[in-house]
Amino acid sequence: MAVMTYREALNEALREEMERDPDVFLMGEEVAEYDGAYKVSKGLLEEFGEQRIVDSPISELGFTGLGVGAAMAGLRPVIEFMTFNFAFLAIDQVINSAAKMYYMSEGQFPMPIVFRGPTGAALQLSAQHSQACETYYSHAPGCKVVTPGTPADAKGLLKAAIRDNDPVAFMEGESLYNFKGEVPDDDDFVIPLGVADLKHEGGDVSLITHGKMIHVALQAAQKLEKDGIHADVLDLRTIRPLDMDAILESVKKTNRAVYLEEGWPYAGTGAQIVSMIQEEAFDDLDAPIIRVTQADVPMPYAKNLEMLAKPSANHVIEAVNKVLYR
Amino acid sequence: MPETKTKAKKSSRKKSDALAEHGISDELALELMRDMLLYRRFEEKAEEGYAIGKIGGFCHLHIGQEAGAAGSIKPLRDDDYVMSAYREHTQALAKGVHPNAVMAELYGRKDGSSGGKGGSMHIFDADCRFMGGHGIVGGQVPLATGIAWKIKYRGEETVSLVFMGDAAVNQGGFHEALNMAAVWNLPAIYVVENNEYGMGTAFSRVSRTDMSTKAVPYGIPSHTVDGQDVLACYAFFRDLADKVRHGAGPQFVDLQTYRFRGHSMSDPVSGTYRSVEEVLQAKEERDPIALLRDTLMEAGVLDQETLEEMDAEARQVSLDAADFAEASPPPGPEALYANVWAEINPNGRLFFDRRPESEEAS
Repeated sequence: MAVMTYREALNEALREEMERDPDVFLMGEEVAEYDGAYKVSKGLLEEFGEQRIVDSPISELGFTGLGVGAAMAGLRPVIEFMTFNFAFLAIDQVINSAAKMYYMSEGQFPMPIVFRGPTGAALQLSAQHSQACETYYSHAPGCKVVTPGTPADAKGLLKAAIRDNDPVAFMEGESLYNFKGEVPDDDDFVIPLGVADLKHEGGDVSLITHGKMIHVALQAAQKLEKDGIHADVLDLRTIRPLDMDAILESVKKTNRAVYLEEGWPYAGTGAQIVSMIQEEAFDDLDAPIIRVTQADVPMPYAKNLEMLAKPSANHVIEAVNKVLYR
Repeated sequence: MPETKTKAKKSSRKKSDALAEHGISDELALELMRDMLLYRRFEEKAEEGYAIGKIGGFCHLHIGQEAGAAGSIKPLRDDDYVMSAYREHTQALAKGVHPNAVMAELYGRKDGSSGGKGGSMHIFDADCRFMGGHGIVGGQVPLATGIAWKIKYRGEETVSLVFMGDAAVNQGGFHEALNMAAVWNLPAIYVVENNEYGMGTAFSRVSRTDMSTKAVPYGIPSHTVDGQDVLACYAFFRDLADKVRHGAGPQFVDLQTYRFRGHSMSDPVSGTYRSVEEVLQAKEERDPIALLRDTLMEAGVLDQETLEEMDAEARQVSLDAADFAEASPPPGPEALYANVWAEINPNGRLFFDRRPESEEAS
C-alpha cells in the first residue's frame, strides 16, 4: 500500500486511464498550464500534450456541451469543474443532453463522460461557493453520481467512472485534496460503482453517509465508542447506483439509523434513503431515522455562523442519542 | 407542387445560366427538385397526421425552408455530421434517414428512428450521422462543437454542420461554443436558419445588431446565403464544406429563409405576430420549390409532365411512410425502462421506483 493524498490518487487515476485509452481527454478551466486549480492534473499537460489536457475558456455551459458532443461522437471526455458550484451554468447540458441522450435516441448514443470537481463547503467561502450539489444530479435518471471520501476510493472510483458508459457526476471535496490515505499498489485498481464500504463496524446504530461526511461520521463513531456505543459507519461511495443491500444489511443488524449529509435537508439524499429504509425494513426499525444535514440556510461567511451551519460530529452524536432513546 | 402557381420574381440574370454558374448538372438539379418535393409532401403528411391525432406533442414543420435542408446537407459526405434543433424532419431525410423511420417516430411507434421515445423533436440516426433532434433552443450548438472537436482530435477529414433558428444566437451557449470553435480552429459549420421569427418574436425586436455580425467577435468568417435558392445553397455549401474539411476552421452562415407555417402546429399560419399578407407574399415570391421549378423549366431541364411525376412520387413516398407508421406497433411496455442506462452496473440500484424490480419478479 502506498500512502498518498486524495489529490495524488485522482491524478494517478487520470494518468492511468489516459495511458490506457487514447480517447480519454481532460478539459476544464486551468487544468493544463496552471496544473489544475487544485493541482489534481499536475504534470499531465507535460505527459499528454495540449490536445488531451485542455485549458478551456470560462464557459461552463459551452465546454460541458462540447464534452457531451464529443462523447456522442465516440470520445471519453473528463470535464473538470473548478467546483460544482460553477456547474449550475452547465447543468442544462448535463441533464437535458448527457443524461437523456441514450434514452431519447433509443440507445444509439451512449454517453461515456465524467463531470468532476469538488462539491460542498470548504472554509469561509460563503454562499455561492459552499454547497453540496449531488442531489441535483442524482435526481435525474441517466446520470450516475459518485462521491469518494478517501484517496483509495478516489482512485478506484474515478477509474471506474471513466470506464463507465454513462454520464457520471464525480464529486470530490475541496477539503479532502490534502487528505492522506493508503491506496492499494495494484497495477489496475478499480472499485466498481454501486458498492458501499463499511468504514467502521459496530452493532448499535447505523451511521449512513457519503463523500467527505464519512470523516465527520467516523469522528462521531470514535467519540461514541468511549461511551460504549458501537456504530456502523457505512460509506455509500456512490449515490447512483446505490448499494441498498448494504444499507439494509446494516439497518437490519442495528435497527437504528442516522443519515448524515453535507447538503440541505429538502429532498436530500437522506430523504431518499430514509424513504427506502422505511419501505423495505419497517419492521426492523426500533426508532425513527434521523437526518443530519447542513442548516437549512445559504452558507454564511462568518466563521462562527459557518460552524453552526455545517453538520458536525456533535450533531451526529445528538442524533444517535435520539435514535437510541438516550 | 406548391399551392401557388404564381411565378417567382424575375431575376435579371438569365435563369438558364444558373446551373452552369453554380456548377450543378441537370441530373443533380432534378434530384434537388425531387428531394424538396419529398420534404414538402412529407411535412404536409405530418400536418395531416397531426390534424387527425396520429401525431402528438409539439410538431414544427419545415415548409418553406426546404432549400436550406437540401442545399446544405446534400453536398456533404455520408460521414459528415449533421445536428439540428427541433424543426428537423426534413434535415433528417436529407441526411439519409428513411422517411418511414421519421414518420414512425412522429407517430410514436416502435419502428421510429428513436423507437418512438424521441418524437418529432428528437430524430436520431447514428448510421446516417444525423445527430438529433434537440429541444432546448441553442443547446445543440455546443454539442455540435464537441463533434467538431472529436473530428479534429482524431484527425479526420469530416465536418460538423449544425442548424439553429435565429433565436438561438441570443443564447449564451451559442457564444461560448463559437468562441471555443474559433480558438481551437474546429471543423464546424454553424448555420442559422434565419426565418425572421423566434417563435412569435421578430429577430429585429430582440437584437440591435444584424445576424451577419454575430460571429464576427469570435473571428469566425460570416456568410449570408439566400436560403430559398437551392442551387445557390448547394454550390455554397459544397465549396464551404470542402474548405472546412481542409482546415479553414469554423464558419457562420446566415441562411435567409421564411417559414410558411406557424411556429408549431398550435400556432396558426400567420399568428398574431405577422400579417397574412406577409406570409402570402413570401409564399408567392420566395417558395424554394417554385423558384427551382421556374429555373429548370426555363432552362429546358424540366417539363410539366416530369414535374408531376416527381410530385406524384413524393406524395407516394409520404403516403407509404404514413402507412408504414400506422402499421408499426407502439413500443411495448418493456421499452419504458430500456436504454435509460448504457451500462447497468452489476452492483447497486439504478432505478428508484422499484417497478423494474417488481416486473422482474413477476
